[in-house]
Amino acid sequence: MFDDVNTTEMVVFTTLFVVVSAMGFLAARWRKAETLEHLDEWGLGGRSFGSWITWFLIGGDLYTAYTFVAVPALVFGAGAIGFFAVPYTIVVYPIVFLVLIRLWSISHVHGFVTPADFVRARHGSSTLALLVAVTGIVATMPYIALQLVGIEAVLKAMGVTGHIPIIVAFTILAAYTYNSGLRAPALIAFVKDTLIYIVIIVAVIVVPYKLGGWDEIFGAAEAKFAESPNPGDGILLAGPSQLQYATLAFGSALALFLYPHSITGVLASRGRNVIKRNMATLPAYSFILGLLALLGYMAIAADVTPITSDEGKVDSNTIVPLLFDQMFPSWFAGVAFAAIGIGALVPAAIMSIAAANLWTRNIYREYINRDATPAQEARSSKLASLVVKVGALLAILGLDPQFSIDLQLIGGIIILQTLPAVALGLYTRWFHRWALVAGWAAGMAVGFWTTYQIQQKVFNADGSITIAKEHFGGSGFPLSELGFDTTTAIYAGFLALLANLVVCALATVALRAAKAPDGVDVTKPDEYFADEGDPRLHEIPEVVH
Amino acid sequence: MTTYEPDRPDRSGGVPDSTRRAARSDHSPWNWLLLLPLVATLYPPLYNREGPTLFDIPFFYWYQLAAIAIGVTTTLLVFLKTRG
Repeated sequence: MFDDVNTTEMVVFTTLFVVVSAMGFLAARWRKAETLEHLDEWGLGGRSFGSWITWFLIGGDLYTAYTFVAVPALVFGAGAIGFFAVPYTIVVYPIVFLVLIRLWSISHVHGFVTPADFVRARHGSSTLALLVAVTGIVATMPYIALQLVGIEAVLKAMGVTGHIPIIVAFTILAAYTYNSGLRAPALIAFVKDTLIYIVIIVAVIVVPYKLGGWDEIFGAAEAKFAESPNPGDGILLAGPSQLQYATLAFGSALALFLYPHSITGVLASRGRNVIKRNMATLPAYSFILGLLALLGYMAIAADVTPITSDEGKVDSNTIVPLLFDQMFPSWFAGVAFAAIGIGALVPAAIMSIAAANLWTRNIYREYINRDATPAQEARSSKLASLVVKVGALLAILGLDPQFSIDLQLIGGIIILQTLPAVALGLYTRWFHRWALVAGWAAGMAVGFWTTYQIQQKVFNADGSITIAKEHFGGSGFPLSELGFDTTTAIYAGFLALLANLVVCALATVALRAAKAPDGVDVTKPDEYFADEGDPRLHEIPEVVH
Repeated sequence: MTTYEPDRPDRSGGVPDSTRRAARSDHSPWNWLLLLPLVATLYPPLYNREGPTLFDIPFFYWYQLAAIAIGVTTTLLVFLKTRG
């Protein structure tokens, strides 16, 4: 298990890991609450985080370890298209700026913990709420599993093989999340983000200097792509890729804040101004992500070869850790690896809390124990967070990790199908509740069908094409499949959302004409503008089930 | 089904609505500014070229990194002009 391990790297990595784990357990006493046996405390950190904590928490939540290894790996392999992560994380904040403050206000007033809680109250449909909750859980599970892929990439680069280190790491994570709830990732995020900022800033100064400047780096990348027979790669976007680039960035941005873990971070904040301030300052992470993406080109210039497994599978996710290993002294490489490893823990913790809250609020309380006390809800969530993590661990260890990667690809597409019920629902009740269900089903069908059709092609030197993967080979759906005479591709999630919206609209018109009964909306227009200091409805025992 | 008792008590605590909450709406002409970062980044033909380079970095890359500043500036401006 530990042959050829770089001892210095391992010592630095382990030390930082232990420090962070201790913080995770101590976090239960940080901003101490009367009791952690309440979802507002365990699951949302007391709903009281200010601008700084929220910035670190949401930043640590959205910019995950998997992002940090997969985005440069994509740039390394395909070039410009991998840079979509930058426009994606630029446009997301202006798009959600006005939406999230409405969601925060209505959740503050009614004590909502999950997006499905809101859907339940707004549209008066427990079926729709259940669909939103299940979609959220299914989309989040593979995302948690992928955080393990991030840690694994780092361990491989350090020379550690075998599954025991990952099992140990995840067990510790599960224990302190159970113990401290959202306070644990919130506190650890300070360390994670600080380490990431230091590592990336040092990397973009030191590595180009060592490699002979940016000219050399882009030159090497250009030479590699010129040699490659794939017409889609290059340091600029090939013509047909431009639509895919734009729709992928836009669609991913729409999806990001529909993910339950993003909403958990938002609802944990103290007020509307905290959210607004964060929407303006979170792009600092996008800048780091952009620089990180360029590490893919640095890896090309430095002749990094990704690690190949015993079965002959190339793991391109290892290129950034290998680049660090090659360019940095061992002690700093250890710091860099710790940054990525800890970077996996923060989102994994928040995601498992978010999935657990969905389970508790929208399945357990709705269908199993209707009169659950706050303490019972907290207990249910704590146990569910353990189940979720064990599931993610089994998915990575027991199945091919490619399964989780495919699922996560679909995860972005399916979470997008909750947009009409959640995001549009914040603005309008025009859509009929059954139409929203129909639209969701249509979007899911189109999402699955399109991604199923997408093949992963390998272009050979002699001009022939090998199909490396028959199905789920990416998220760029060729429009020629729909009969268009073009080589242009479009983000599959975008197409699925369009289908969803069209069906929602048509079905609403039909249902209204048929006089189908409307759901009861228990929210009031002025509650969408409530801010900190306003009374909360759920503190007053007037709501009856 | 979650419903309210029809005779639910007044939860304003006797304070007039007008003084209890400042914001009654999120409407503001400043919000239109939020469209600017979208236009600047979601139309690739705008920046999908190699030159002019900056510190040997192709336009495609430094433009999009610079566009982060456009995003930050507009969002910050809207925040400052609409803060509650």
